[in-house]
Amino acid sequence: MAMLHTVNKSPFEKNSLDSCMRLAKAGSSVLLIEDGVVAAMKGTKHSNAVADAMTDVSFYVLGPDLKARGLSENNVVDGIKVVDYSGFVDLATEHESVQAWL
Amino acid sequence: MKFGILVNEGPYTHQASDSAFEFAKSAIEKGHEVFRVFFYHDGVNNGTSLAVPPQDDRHIPNRWSELAKDHSVDLVLCVAAAQRRGMLDEDEAKRNGKTSNNVAEGFRISGLGQLIEAGIQADRMVVFGD
Repeated sequence: MAMLHTVNKSPFEKNSLDSCMRLAKAGSSVLLIEDGVVAAMKGTKHSNAVADAMTDVSFYVLGPDLKARGLSENNVVDGIKVVDYSGFVDLATEHESVQAWL
Repeated sequence: MKFGILVNEGPYTHQASDSAFEFAKSAIEKGHEVFRVFFYHDGVNNGTSLAVPPQDDRHIPNRWSELAKDHSVDLVLCVAAAQRRGMLDEDEAKRNGKTSNNVAEGFRISGLGQLIEAGIQADRMVVFGD
């Protein structure tokens, strides 16, 4: 019954990640794409909330979108897995449905 | 697996049509089927035949047309969203008394039923927008 949630906005711009983390059920996954990749960075105001959410929800971040923004995979919060578009497709197939938090 | 994709944002706006295209391309490369991409709201502008982006930039509408041609992806523009934004195919232009049309190759205009059908037929529906 696991759902894949995609979040495409930075938590500094919109609260969609917050809403997503509040409503995502244990066992589901969150994939950060586009400007959402900012939430995967260590040492920001939002890093702890993401790290705390990872006790029940798996986090992934889209590598090409990190790279496009000059953000390094080395600065990603521990436990978040970096995937490419092929990994995005795999995540979509492995979960029962995909919910975009636009 | 059978994928349906919904694009709610225009080309060259933020990133939705790029993300959607990269996702579709990757899914096809991995042997999945993308049977329909439904363009809604400003997303209908992805289907214009009149875009002339700079030579060194990606040509978003052409890129979709080629994907449709090479992998028989059904590219559907929402009719109500298209009419509001001046996107007309030959039939719609005639019906509305317009002298020209601007729907790129591989795209067709149809209704929301096609989105609902995609939701029913696809194993996964993936949404891209702003």
